[in-house]
Amino acid sequence: MHAIRAHAEEHIRYIRDTMERASSFTAVPGLGGILMGSTALGAAAIASRQPDPSRWLAVWLAEAVVAVAIGALAMARKARRTRSDLFSGPARRFLLTLTAPLGAGAVLTLVLARSGQTAILPGLWLLLYGTAVVSAGATSVRPVLAMGACFMLLGAAAFASPSAWGDGYLAAGFGGIQIAFGAVIARSHGG
Amino acid sequence: MKTGTKTRPAAGRPSPARANEPLPALDRVIHERLRLAIVSALAASPSLTFNELKDLLGTSDGNLSVHARRLEEAGYVSCEKGFSGRVPRTAYRLTAAGRRAFARYVDHLEALIAHARR
Repeated sequence: MHAIRAHAEEHIRYIRDTMERASSFTAVPGLGGILMGSTALGAAAIASRQPDPSRWLAVWLAEAVVAVAIGALAMARKARRTRSDLFSGPARRFLLTLTAPLGAGAVLTLVLARSGQTAILPGLWLLLYGTAVVSAGATSVRPVLAMGACFMLLGAAAFASPSAWGDGYLAAGFGGIQIAFGAVIARSHGG
Repeated sequence: MKTGTKTRPAAGRPSPARANEPLPALDRVIHERLRLAIVSALAASPSLTFNELKDLLGTSDGNLSVHARRLEEAGYVSCEKGFSGRVPRTAYRLTAAGRRAFARYVDHLEALIAHARR
C-alpha cells in the first residue's frame, strides 16, 4: 500500500511541476523585438552624430520611449492572438520582474546625467536591461533568458571599453541582440 | 491545482463508505508518462505549440508526435495546423473531454493516496 501511495504522490508532484512550468509567459513578441532592434540601430546612427552629451542622451531617451511603445503593443497583440492573459500570474510576474530593474535604470540615468557621467550610461543600460530580461526570463520561454545573459555580458564589456565605443555597444545590444533573439522567438514561439 | 470541472473527493481522509468502494481503473491514455505531461501542460496553458511542448517536456519530435496523436485519437486534445509567416505551426489545446478526463485522473490519484493513508 505504501508503494501505491508513493507512486500516486509522485504522479501528483509530476503533474504540479509540469503545470507550473507550462504556465510560463509565452506572449513575448519576437516580431516586436525585431522592430525594436531596427529602431535602436537607427537611434545609434543618429546618436553617434550628436555634438554634445545632452543631445546624445535625448536621442536614446526618445528611442527608449519608442521601444517601450513597440514592445507593449506587440506584446498585447501577441497575447490576444495566442489567447493568453496579460494579467494572469505568469504574465504579471514577467512584467513586474522586467520593470523593477528598468525603473532602477531610469533613476540611475537621471542621477548620472545630472552629474555629467553620461559615458558610463551605455554599459549601465545594457547591464540593467540584461538583468531585467534574465529575471523576467525565469517565467518565460527559454530564448528570453539567453538574450538577457547576452545583454549582461555586453554591458560588462562596455564598462571595460573606451567610452567612444558606447554607441557601437548599444547598437550591438539593443539592435543586434534584440533582432537576433526576436527572430528566434518569432520562429520558435509563434510570432 | 486547477483541473477544470471537479467531482473531487476530499483531500483528507475518505469517508468509511467511500473508502470501501472499489477504485476505478486509471485512465491508461493519460497514465503514460509523456501523455500525462502533455495533458498537464495543456491544462495549465490555453494553447501550446509543438515546439513549446517539445522544449517544455524535453522530448524528441517523433516521441511527441506519437503521443500527441494518441491523445487526439482519444478526443482529449485538439490540434490546429497553420503557418506563422512561412513556418508551419501546430498548436494543441485540451478539449472539454480531455479536461474532464484529466480531472478524473487527478481525483483518482488523490483517492488512491487517501485509501493508502487508512
